[in-house]
Order: sequence, then structure tokens, then C-alpha cells
Amino acid sequence: MIAIPTPQPPRATRPLFLSRVPAGFPSPAEDYVECSLDLNEHLIEHREATFFVRVKGQSMTGAGISDGDLLVVDRSLEAGDGDIVVAVVDGELTIKRLSRRGSHVRLLAEHPGFAPIEFKDGQELTVWGVVTSIVRRLR
Amino acid sequence: MFALIDGNNFYVSCERVFDPKLEGRPVVVLSNNDGCVVARSQEVKALGVKMGVPWFQLRDLARQHGIVAKSSNYSLYGDMSARMMALLGRFSPEQEIYSIDECFLGMKGFGHYDLTAYGQDIRARVRQYLGLPVCVGFGATKTLAKLANHAAKKRPEFDGVCDLAALSPVAQDTLLASIDVGEVWGVGYRGTPRLKALGIGNVKDLRDADPKWLRREFSVVLERTVTELRGIPCIDLEEAAPAKQQIMSSRAFGAYVYDLAGLEEAVTTYIGRAAEKLRRQGSVAGAVQVYVRTNPFKEDHPQYQRGLTVPLPDPSDDTRLLARAALAGLKRLYKPGYAYQKAGVMLLDLSDARYTQGALFEADRGNPALMRVMDRINGLWGHGTLRLAAEGVPASNRDWRMRRGMMSPCYTTRWADIPRVS
Repeated sequence: MIAIPTPQPPRATRPLFLSRVPAGFPSPAEDYVECSLDLNEHLIEHREATFFVRVKGQSMTGAGISDGDLLVVDRSLEAGDGDIVVAVVDGELTIKRLSRRGSHVRLLAEHPGFAPIEFKDGQELTVWGVVTSIVRRLR
Repeated sequence: MFALIDGNNFYVSCERVFDPKLEGRPVVVLSNNDGCVVARSQEVKALGVKMGVPWFQLRDLARQHGIVAKSSNYSLYGDMSARMMALLGRFSPEQEIYSIDECFLGMKGFGHYDLTAYGQDIRARVRQYLGLPVCVGFGATKTLAKLANHAAKKRPEFDGVCDLAALSPVAQDTLLASIDVGEVWGVGYRGTPRLKALGIGNVKDLRDADPKWLRREFSVVLERTVTELRGIPCIDLEEAAPAKQQIMSSRAFGAYVYDLAGLEEAVTTYIGRAAEKLRRQGSVAGAVQVYVRTNPFKEDHPQYQRGLTVPLPDPSDDTRLLARAALAGLKRLYKPGYAYQKAGVMLLDLSDARYTQGALFEADRGNPALMRVMDRINGLWGHGTLRLAAEGVPASNRDWRMRRGMMSPCYTTRWADIPRVS
């Protein structure tokens, strides 16, 4: 996935005879260089289906989601009751908590200033993706 | 057995994923410099707008029907394509990526599968993971898979998936007889009128024609096509794209360029892009060709067009050495007094970087470590973040840069552009 900046593994593309051969013992650390941790691995389960969005506004502060946060959105997941989702409402992408009680489907903000969005029978809710992580930089 | 999977109105669909307002509205995507229509939504096709029509001719129709035009955003389409191809590749051990929005899958050993159901699984997966609509065609040969895909796309009764082999022989004949011969892969616009003049108007006519006669009248290629239409595979999957033998980067300018400095900026930028591709495929170039031309359609303007190939002292993949060669060539080509409309570079004489013959004396192969750093940085923060000074300042919005007035953000490839949700 191009959106996630995973550095490409270095390629050995130079002719062998150009590399210098140091005399002496090889570094004992050489066998362990691959053991670094990759945040992508931790945050992203389905690479192809994962997208990033940026939060605008205060409607989800009650869920610990603030203006400017980066969200990891996985489209491959089935959205269930209680999931925080990116949904399509009136042609716009919006982030809300999904409430599904039987046939009663609502999108809830996590802020007293925002009313729930109700979906009556016949009105279809389009879930764009399920939010799986919040990434916030502190400085 | 083969499958062909193809994105419906791919560029438009990519735009719609991130801008759902465009759903259900007529949308076109325009070529570089916002010239011509290169993709149309279903609504636009229904209005009778043809592919390749210049945008300025559509202005009235656009106003009347509210057609939304988008500049082509190849960063977005390329990223969505890479995701789609990776997803599709999991549905078969064999995959040939045929273009930005279509690929073949080898279906050997899938005989016991209900392919129509499998095709619906493919559609549902791509729709859910990426928000993109695709159609799936299955056939005993690549040519038949292509035709099946055509049927899947054009006939609503197939619901996006057509397995030709699942149709009865009679139903197959009826279907093939209803498809214009020009739709057959490899026949194209040029072959169609002659075939029709000889009484071959639809796909069934072509399938039932005498292959030997077609070979005499047309070519061995058409004979092969007919064999494929009869269900005997002649064209194999090409899984690994062969390393390119030459790499080109060229563009028409957004506005005419008159001075050498402007051309130098453009040529250096193109070299930067081409060299990045060169390094990605692990090759080095032995020569650089550079060319410039005026606008051949402006017949009243003085015309000039010339190219020059500059060999490198040693094969290299170093942007600086390639640019030095290209600029040396450009200096010799350049003549003042012309309105230049296009420049381009081509990297030639490519070979595998690992097997390059070493020169006996000191060879200037460039600095691979520096180039790796450059590719890393540009991969992280976008094209042109780290570049040669000769490429000029991007924010300067120089005349030669492309006009892309209606471009959507690079939602998936640039941090500053990711969608904002409230």
C-alpha cells in the first residue's frame, strides 16, 4: 500500500567487486538487524483495505477522538453495534458511533451538542469503514 | 480456464470512493492538461459523450446536465489499482496485470468450482475493501474471458459476472452473435471494417470462419484469435512483466516554453522520474535520449523537432549523471525563437545493475547510497521533495507544468491530502 511509508528493503544492486571486504570479525549485531518493530504491523491488519482519515471537529470527543487526530480505517471489517465508523451521510464522510438495536439503526455523536442520526425503515446506512486506531502526536 | 476482472469506469469510481457526492452524478475525468475525456461515468455514457472528446466541446452539455469534470489524478488511481491487483491476486495462484484497471487470473484447477459464485465473491470483496465496482468474465481462453467480461459489463442480466462455459451451446451462440466483431480482443478498429465487408459482422461469424482463409486474408494473429474463440488457448498468461527495455518520461507543457532555462527544468524533472523507475527495476542506462518539439498542430507557427542520444561513459542509474548527459544533449538541440510544446527523455541501453561490466580505470558510476536516500525521501514525502537544483522550484508553478485545475486531493498517497471527516 503506497499510503503507508514502509521503507523498501535495500536492494543489493551493485557489482560485488565494488564492495569493500573488511578484514577481521563480522559485527556480532549483524544477525539481529531485522528485529526492529514496525508500527504498520501493529496498526494495520488488512493493508489493501486500510485508509487514513483526519478528524475535523469535536463531535467524537467523548470517545477520546479529538480534532486533528489521525484515524486508521479498515474497510474489510463488518461494522457491528458500538463500533466507531466512517459513514456516508448526505454525500459526506462522517465519523460516528454505530448503534444497531435490532432494526433500529443510529449514528451517535460522542458530544452533547450533536443529535443522533436516525435511519428509518428503507433508509440505507452506508458504512465506509470501521475505525480501528487513533494516532495522535503529542508534539 | 481464465478470468478477466476489470474495474467499471475505473478512474471515475476511484474519485467516487473519496467523494461520495459524485455517486449517481455524471462525472468525467480529463486527460493531462485537462484536454480530453479519458473516463466517463455511466450517466455520461448515457448522454452519448464519447471517449476522447475535447472538454471545451462539452461545456454546454456539461452546464445543461451538471457534468462534473475531474483532472486525472494518477497518484490516486495508481494506488487504488495497486490495492485492487493485490486483492485480486489472492483469488488465484496465477495473475497477469494487463492494465491499470484489469487483470487476468489463471483458473487452472478451478474446474469443480461454481465460477459464477466465485466471480460474485470477487466482486463483493473488491466492493467492500476498496469501494470499487468490477466485472468478472470467465472463458476457456484469454480472448473468451475478455468477451465474457464484456458481456458481464454490458448485460444487466449477468449481474456483473459471466461464465461463458456455464452457458448452453445455444445460449453461447446467441450471445456471441449479438456482440459486434470489433469487440473481440485483437481485432480492434482497424480490422473491423474489412471483416464486415467480408460478411463477418459479429463474434459468432468470426468464430465460425475458416482460420486458414483468415490467415491468408489477414494475418496469423487473426487466425490465432479464431482458434482462441473456439476455446483452444494460444495466448499464455504473462505473469512477470518483463523489465522494460527503455524508460520514457515526457509531457506536453501546460503553456509554451521559449527559453533554454525552462526546457532545462522540464528535462531535469523528467530525468528524475525516469531514473526513479530505472532504479526500481534494478537497471542501469547506457545512454540518454532527449527531444523537444513545437506544436505540430499550429501550422502557422515555425516548426522544430529534434532528438539527440547521448551515450554515458559508464552505465549508471544516478540521477545526476543522467541529467548531466540529458542537459548536454538539450544544449545542442535548443534553438531560440520557437514555441516549444513538448520535451521528453528516454533512458536507453538498459542492463541489469548487478551484472554491469566494470571499467578497467576509474569509472564514474555515480553514488548509489545517495540515490537510495533520494528514493527513500521521495517515497516518504512525495515526488520532488529531494531533487536536483536544476529542476527548479515546484511552488513557482512554472509555465511548463501541467494544467490540472480540477484535480482531487491525493487521498491515499499524501499525508496532507488524506480525507477529513467530521
